[in-house]
Amino acid sequence: MLKFSSNTFKHGVHPPEHKEDTNKLPVRQFPFPPLIVLPMQQHIGKPAQVIVREGQEVARGQMLAKADGYLSVPMHAPVSGIVRKIANVPVIGGQKASGIYLETFPFSGQEVVEGAPVPLSASPEAILQGIQDAGIVGLGGAAFPTHVKLKIPEGKFCEHLIINGIECEPYLTTDHRVMLEQADDIFTGIRYLLRVTDAKQVIIGIEANKKDAADHLADRIPDDLPVKVKVVPVKYPQGAEKMLITALLGKEVPSGGFPIDVHAVAVNVATTAEIGRLLPHGRGIQERVVTITGPGIKKKGNYLIPIGTPLRFVLEHVGAAENLSEVYMGGPMMGVSASDLDLSIVKGTSGIVVFGDENVKRSDKIYPCIKCGACVDACPISLNPSRLGILAKSEAYDTMAEEYHLMDCFECGSCSYVCPSNIPLVQYFRVAKGIVRKRKSAVAHV
Amino acid sequence: MFSKTLRISSSPHINKGVGVDVIMRNVVYALLPVAAFAVYAFGINALLVILTSLIACVLTEHLLNKFSNRPSTIADGSAVITGLLLGLTLPPIFPLWMTFIGGVLAIALGKFVFGGLGYNAFNPALVGRAILQAAFPVAITTWHPAFLADRFTRVSESVLTFPFAKPVVDGISGATPLSAFKFDQVTTESADLALGLVSGSIGETSSVLIALGGLYLIARKMMNWRIPVAILGSVYVLSGILYWINPEIYPSPEFMLFSGGLMLGAVFMATDMVGSPITSLGVVIYGIFIGLLVVVIRIWGGLPEGVMYAILLGNALSPHIDRLIRPRVYGT
Ligand code: SF4
Ligand code: SF4
Repeated sequence: MLKFSSNTFKHGVHPPEHKEDTNKLPVRQFPFPPLIVLPMQQHIGKPAQVIVREGQEVARGQMLAKADGYLSVPMHAPVSGIVRKIANVPVIGGQKASGIYLETFPFSGQEVVEGAPVPLSASPEAILQGIQDAGIVGLGGAAFPTHVKLKIPEGKFCEHLIINGIECEPYLTTDHRVMLEQADDIFTGIRYLLRVTDAKQVIIGIEANKKDAADHLADRIPDDLPVKVKVVPVKYPQGAEKMLITALLGKEVPSGGFPIDVHAVAVNVATTAEIGRLLPHGRGIQERVVTITGPGIKKKGNYLIPIGTPLRFVLEHVGAAENLSEVYMGGPMMGVSASDLDLSIVKGTSGIVVFGDENVKRSDKIYPCIKCGACVDACPISLNPSRLGILAKSEAYDTMAEEYHLMDCFECGSCSYVCPSNIPLVQYFRVAKGIVRKRKSAVAHV
Repeated sequence: MFSKTLRISSSPHINKGVGVDVIMRNVVYALLPVAAFAVYAFGINALLVILTSLIACVLTEHLLNKFSNRPSTIADGSAVITGLLLGLTLPPIFPLWMTFIGGVLAIALGKFVFGGLGYNAFNPALVGRAILQAAFPVAITTWHPAFLADRFTRVSESVLTFPFAKPVVDGISGATPLSAFKFDQVTTESADLALGLVSGSIGETSSVLIALGGLYLIARKMMNWRIPVAILGSVYVLSGILYWINPEIYPSPEFMLFSGGLMLGAVFMATDMVGSPITSLGVVIYGIFIGLLVVVIRIWGGLPEGVMYAILLGNALSPHIDRLIRPRVYGT
């Protein structure tokens, strides 16, 4: 069933979409790089623990590192090759962290080794275990371990399973292509998700700029599944879990709470497709769909890229402009600037957006806040970013948290996007949140 | 390949591209027709007053920044707006030296002492105007008829008065519609008022051009439409009720809307972002507050015109409105 809805969340912004460059381009397999650089922490939680040794030959799909406890996921070999080095690798933010350098066998057929399949008939616990064993994390960018998210806490129940196909970040078309090309995987994934959540109904939320994907999925809903496809108006940040729940269910997730508090669980559509694709074969994640785009890219497109492929290899292959200036991992609203091209594609990389010198936003001049109110009218959770910004400048972090709900800010960037004074509000809030968290834990340890 | 180091920036990596300077520039565009019509109506005297005010504001802004070793802020355009607005609130034959002082004080006391753009509690042009009103009560209420035949050739002696000399009261001075009503119970045709065919301060005259300027800014999303709508709406409703109670002693609501500085104030001064509240509900309250004050001051106060004080009081109230009116945060 396909339904159109005009419901949405409050406020939000409409950045230019720029999706037309890649949304018609089918996903293509990316070549294997000669060297894979695989950080052990590509997810929220503890880094995976390496279980191979230097010099060992590994097959594509083989587990290279195991999960370190519950809030962690394992890592699988993206290619068949030889473990060259177990050492620190560059990660986002300019730091280094534990990882594996894996040299690809040049002439290997790159068949994938499979593990024990997790059938649909398995128990919910076994399926959750299967999801963890497959190394699955939120592929929308958050990279939170999916099995943790799917675990319904004691005393709570899930009524609505929400499949997030919103993809509200400008430029990105990853989820769009997955919906058009992997309908079967998505519905298989939904079957697994229904087993573990016991939800009564499933809503696939899609924005109106992907109507083709909505039609495509709506036409293929299996008769025995309680699935609705709902098309909602285009607005950023509708892909944020809480905003999507409000748009689809008309309910607000309580401050500091989780979707399950309103009896909902939300899963990204590409993550759902991965569950449906991997679990029946007992495989782990070894590649993902990435949109490579932006004004600085010659061969824009959606590519299936092995995890751990270095950015330099990616950009050489798609032809980036020589004057490239900034490279974002993720979309331009919430993505992170890559500090250099030695970073590699990780599980949470939904897109690589490349801007040349002339595309970079003019941030040269920062004016004082003129209290225009644009940020107030943009904030999806009705904070007062203007006030928060002024408080941040005077380092009144406690006031920010206690009186102005700083900790509810999820750094969507809508406020900075509209600010005529170019004030780096989100940057302030990120720093302020970090300090407040530190103070809290310091108090907790006294 | 790609040896160049990458630039790093914090997200979001794109912005809407409508900067403060762009907004200010558009406000100037919206004000230019108003100023042009004023010059057409009042001639060379009005032009001199507007230019003097403009020069005084921009120069003061520049020099104050220079002496306090701050980067120049002229380019943001806010001093130009203050200069234009101040000029437009003055009588067409206001002495230039007084105008100049008004411009200097508008920037120095209305803006700079608060910390510059964004920190000023009050609309700087109105601060300048209020000081002038207190210092030169006679000159600032000396009006002048519009559309005099020799307005493009004759510079009024009053305009050229030597600083601190006794102001020359120009031979020909005309009552404004508001003072005519207030003190002589004469009402002027609303249509004449709306089109600007009457006497008044330089920029008060053409409500139509002011409204068009406002519509332009609203269409470009550079002005909060709720402010003029709330002010004009509350003036219309309250004066309508009074007129309905007793049309003999109270002016018609149309007269109230189109006379005096109400249009200019509601569209271009009360909407100054810095001095108005930040939330949608807040600006509506602010607008209604100003509108009611305008009616009260005009009808019961000792002054024919209350817009300036009403807006200044609104400016003073707006931080308190912001403290009280806080939208409910999502999920709380
Ligand atoms: S958008 Fe920027 S200038 Fe406008 S109120 Fe917010 S912080 Fe201030
Ligand atoms: S970044 Fe935070 S404060 Fe800014 S709009 Fe998003 S949620 Fe609101």
